[in-house]
Amino acid sequence: MAAVLAGLLVAAVVIARPGGDVEPVTETPLRVEVGPEPGGEPVALDVSVRLAAGGDADPAPRPAVLLAHGFGGSKESTAEQATQLARAGYLTLTWTARGFGDSGGRIHLDDPDYEVADARRLVDLLADRDDVARDAAGDPRVGVVGGSYGGALALMLAGTDDRVDAVAASITWHDLSQALVPQHAVTTPADGGPPTPAAVDPVDDVGVFARQWAARFLAAAQGTAGAPDGVDAAAAGDSGGSGDGAPGGDVPSGPATVCGAFADDVCAAYTRLATTGVADAATLRLLRRRSPAPVLAGVRAPVLLLPGESDSLFPLSQADASARALSAAGVPVRTVWLDGGHDGGLDDADRAESETLDWLDRWLPATAATTTAGTAAAERTGAGFAWAMPRRRRDGGPAVRSAGAYPGLGVPSGDAAARAPRATLALRGPAATVVSPPGGEPAAVTGVPGVGDVVTDGLGALAGTAVSVLPGQSATFTTGELDAPVRLVGAPRVDLQVTSDAPEATLFASVYDVDAVGTAELPRRLVAPFRLTGLRPDEPRDVTVSLPALALDVPAGHRLRVVVATTDAAYAVPDAPRVDRIALAPGAALVLPTEPPGTTGTGTGGDVPAALAAVVAAVLLAAAVSAVAASRRRARTLRPARSLPSDEQTPADTGDGDDVPLVVTGLTKVWPSGLRAVDDVSFTVGRGQVVGLLGPNGAGKTTTLRMLMGLVHPSDGSMRVLGEPVGPGAPVLRRVGAFVEGPGFLPHRTGIDNLRLYWQATGRPPAEAGLEPALAVAGLGDAVHRPVRGYSHGMRQRLGIAQAMLGGPDLLVLDEPTNGLDPPQIRAMRDVLRDYAAGGRTVLVSSHLLAEVEQTCSHVVVMDRGAVVASGPVADLVAGGGRLLLDVDSPAAAVAALSGDGLVGIHAEDGARGTVVVDPGDVTPAEVVRRLVAAGVGVGRVVPQRRLEEVFLDLVRQGAP
Amino acid sequence: MSSPASVGPVRALPLAAEARRQVARRRTQVVAGLLVLLPLLLVGAFALGDGDDGGAPALVDLATSGGGNFTLFVLFAVTGFLLTIVVALLAGDTVASEASWSSLRYLLAAPVPRSRLLRSKLLVALASTAVALLLLVGVSLAVGTVFYGWQPVTTPLGTRLEGADVVTRLAVATAYLLLSSLWVAGLAFCLGTWTDAPLGAVGGAVLLSIVSGILDSIDALGDLREGLPTHHAYAWLDALGTEVVWGQMTRGVLWSVLYATIAAWVAWWHFARKDVLS
Repeated sequence: MAAVLAGLLVAAVVIARPGGDVEPVTETPLRVEVGPEPGGEPVALDVSVRLAAGGDADPAPRPAVLLAHGFGGSKESTAEQATQLARAGYLTLTWTARGFGDSGGRIHLDDPDYEVADARRLVDLLADRDDVARDAAGDPRVGVVGGSYGGALALMLAGTDDRVDAVAASITWHDLSQALVPQHAVTTPADGGPPTPAAVDPVDDVGVFARQWAARFLAAAQGTAGAPDGVDAAAAGDSGGSGDGAPGGDVPSGPATVCGAFADDVCAAYTRLATTGVADAATLRLLRRRSPAPVLAGVRAPVLLLPGESDSLFPLSQADASARALSAAGVPVRTVWLDGGHDGGLDDADRAESETLDWLDRWLPATAATTTAGTAAAERTGAGFAWAMPRRRRDGGPAVRSAGAYPGLGVPSGDAAARAPRATLALRGPAATVVSPPGGEPAAVTGVPGVGDVVTDGLGALAGTAVSVLPGQSATFTTGELDAPVRLVGAPRVDLQVTSDAPEATLFASVYDVDAVGTAELPRRLVAPFRLTGLRPDEPRDVTVSLPALALDVPAGHRLRVVVATTDAAYAVPDAPRVDRIALAPGAALVLPTEPPGTTGTGTGGDVPAALAAVVAAVLLAAAVSAVAASRRRARTLRPARSLPSDEQTPADTGDGDDVPLVVTGLTKVWPSGLRAVDDVSFTVGRGQVVGLLGPNGAGKTTTLRMLMGLVHPSDGSMRVLGEPVGPGAPVLRRVGAFVEGPGFLPHRTGIDNLRLYWQATGRPPAEAGLEPALAVAGLGDAVHRPVRGYSHGMRQRLGIAQAMLGGPDLLVLDEPTNGLDPPQIRAMRDVLRDYAAGGRTVLVSSHLLAEVEQTCSHVVVMDRGAVVASGPVADLVAGGGRLLLDVDSPAAAVAALSGDGLVGIHAEDGARGTVVVDPGDVTPAEVVRRLVAAGVGVGRVVPQRRLEEVFLDLVRQGAP
Repeated sequence: MSSPASVGPVRALPLAAEARRQVARRRTQVVAGLLVLLPLLLVGAFALGDGDDGGAPALVDLATSGGGNFTLFVLFAVTGFLLTIVVALLAGDTVASEASWSSLRYLLAAPVPRSRLLRSKLLVALASTAVALLLLVGVSLAVGTVFYGWQPVTTPLGTRLEGADVVTRLAVATAYLLLSSLWVAGLAFCLGTWTDAPLGAVGGAVLLSIVSGILDSIDALGDLREGLPTHHAYAWLDALGTEVVWGQMTRGVLWSVLYATIAAWVAWWHFARKDVLS
């Protein structure tokens, strides 16, 4: 079931692929009268003709393809493939074989007189059609494509009808008697044998009945349980569809028959075979007659053979035999081993389809010119050999390998050079006495016919070899560990000696791949049954066994193990108990066909999609281009002003631009939220100044400083430091030292390490750092050798200021530098800043400690709500009539003395502290003191009350809405 | 007045300086310590589990069969999750941690041009990743060889590798693990330029990796899973077969490089335009 589902998925993908403008395909159903049943009952086949005519009422003649379905299917099974081939330019004819679906008649198992004759009748039909190309009158240009039941039909049609021009036959039989009653005991010794890699040349003894497979055919013909989707539907070559045709649609109603729609002779033969478990001569004759083998000598068309590597029903040896017969008939043959088959599902359906289409396109050209050029080199004919090396991992398809020719074709068996190359591995293992139990049970379970690897692998994983190699029933012979890997391509052979206490022995040989750990795996879960007759007790029989053909990589370190067992659940085993002795023949070895010379591999482990590689290349290229473009752009925008053409410089800059430490012009920052944090701010900071930047929270001070550091992109306006533009990463930032919104250090490193790391990050020579003076400013003592994470807030603060001073920047920007410092440190810091500016450099300090700014700064810039509300020297701002604070011995007397003439306003009086604050108006402070002294009031101190704080608050208040 | 600072080209934040910033960090030490300890932990765990016949001992048997096998087991154990976290940590927090320490703004104002900062940080992060993985491989080989001896490697595929083959295959596997981790590095690095929280960058990358892993386990997605960045995580096992199978590894590297390039491009694009407020 899983395989069928997988098949549907694959089919869906295949269908979906053409995409866009799919050419419409018209389907014309027909009933075609064919020969009657043996009893005279007339038979009409259910036929469909498809072509993509593009709306043309009188379409051009084109080659035709007959599509034969698998066992249990119908014309619907091949409908999908027919539609695709119609789109590819063929006229396709699908039909339901007699005994199935809506066609009449019984199942004759590809009888030359019935099913094959029916197909010839269909070729006649094509010969009469004007829309089919002709090679001659009455000879349409036609190919036959089929899988399994349809594959054998295709070969047999080609063998009996010269009008066929190309054949593609997948997972099908060569000789049905060898398929259903296989015999793997062969006539030639292991190191001799036919030259082809998978040949089985069976001895005359009749083989072992493939009981489970036969039962599945019967079940399908009865339309009962067991194979509801058709026996062939899950198989690789039958890639057309799900095979949902109800089998035996014509089953006579009335009393149930044992054989459903099977013809009577087939039914009788099956009944005998299944009852006795041994094939008689008549049955073998019947099966052999329903096989391509007798007619392949008459094939005149090139043939594509697509056997499956996972096929216990029609193993690779069947196609090997077909290839030999066709080669002898002198037609081009291409053999492609698919990763799949009757046991293995649709893993390789895509390759089957593309191989088939290539073959048809090669041999059924739309024009007549090249049709007859049939007999030359492999390149021209497309003949050759390809196979699938299964991968050992979950993902990726098979690795497809191909050789120019199928080894050993068309050469006498004595010609060693043309044989498939062989490797020989010595086998070891004692002779074993094994029992065939009475009734044949318990039987080894190696695989379940027709069930995908999923199930049997699961079985193997669960039970290991416990169910497939039963103790007491199997003899094992093992090679040594391989020194070098071996690639097996074909059927290994081994020489055995069998002694039995019964005259006949049925045995099953298989090869396990044993890895270095000792885990044994049965590749493809295939076994080779063989049956010996005429045995005598105590008289060993030498026998060569052809083991299942495989494409298999055996890595170095692995061993191969030959297992010979007395039972296998898939085959008929004699009921009578028996004891056999199984031994290696003296000097016996495992002979393995290996890869032919000149082999090439493609698609190892799945191809790398060219589109993916192209996309990656394109993205890499685009990234590289955009990186180069970005770096060019950066270089242009941040080039120092000196090197800019002079017309780009503003007049203000040209004069003394290089000397002005900082010019801010129209600076604006609008956050994405719409908030105008900085709104058209302009100010200038001169050399040698200590400038205070003041403003309440949210005034835009910090945003301005961040723009000055190149951290925030201005929305508008510009900043120039020493005449050069400031932006992210601008080189002139080297001349700016900054300490903004607290320190930023690597907490795990020491203070001095942090300063060194910072300086290394600037990329400038260590000599320029001036580490010692900076450390002196920090004043941390031995603490600089401790990790920063242990520092107090003040220590970090001082270290941050020291970092800003590294390299002696021309412009030092400090944000709240005294935050967290104690009064002595604040005082020291004040001196540091003054001294720094006194050296000809410039300091920009933002602070909320107004008194601090007043004492430290020479100039201030006051900001409020993003705008500059005042700027200039501190003295200018503070100057102008302000209040006076008077320390007096008698505040009451002072008030009395001053308030008399009304010129001096009394602002506040504090009797307890002995102070009076007055608003002198036009009266000078000297006059105020004179009046107080005149009034006998003792004056201790006169201080101007107008401080920066007041110015600041006034400014901010004025701005308030 | 001509300051020496304005003379000549200056290469800000040289790789050595960036490496020094990262190397003494606690997270670096923790990662290094973890990677050194992991093989020893596994040796201990194997010793404790000795004699337990239940479960599936094959993997453990393989792991303890020799130094090379032990190293393969360690690589298998770290693929997918631990390696993702380590790569995400090394690449994701390199920018974000500077932001969280507030030192990013001083680097940028030093000035380190933004593109140059990203370049140095990414290169050092990638180099650290390589060093971390090589450290893990080296320690695993040493520990495995000390405890289990130097034996031919038996791979999970049943292949036996000997001598120089072991070294080349391990090198291929290690190189693939590095290249296929590029997407995690790129993604974490990119997230690190968006967030100031190192945990956000690292966690985001790990989270996306987990989501990718979950999607990858949904069979119904079919071939679409091919493009999931974690889909090819274990493709290095292809280096352990009879011969190295390059197909899936190549695809894995291509996808990884594709995602990494896009992520890096986004990182550069965003960081160049970003207002640094940390």
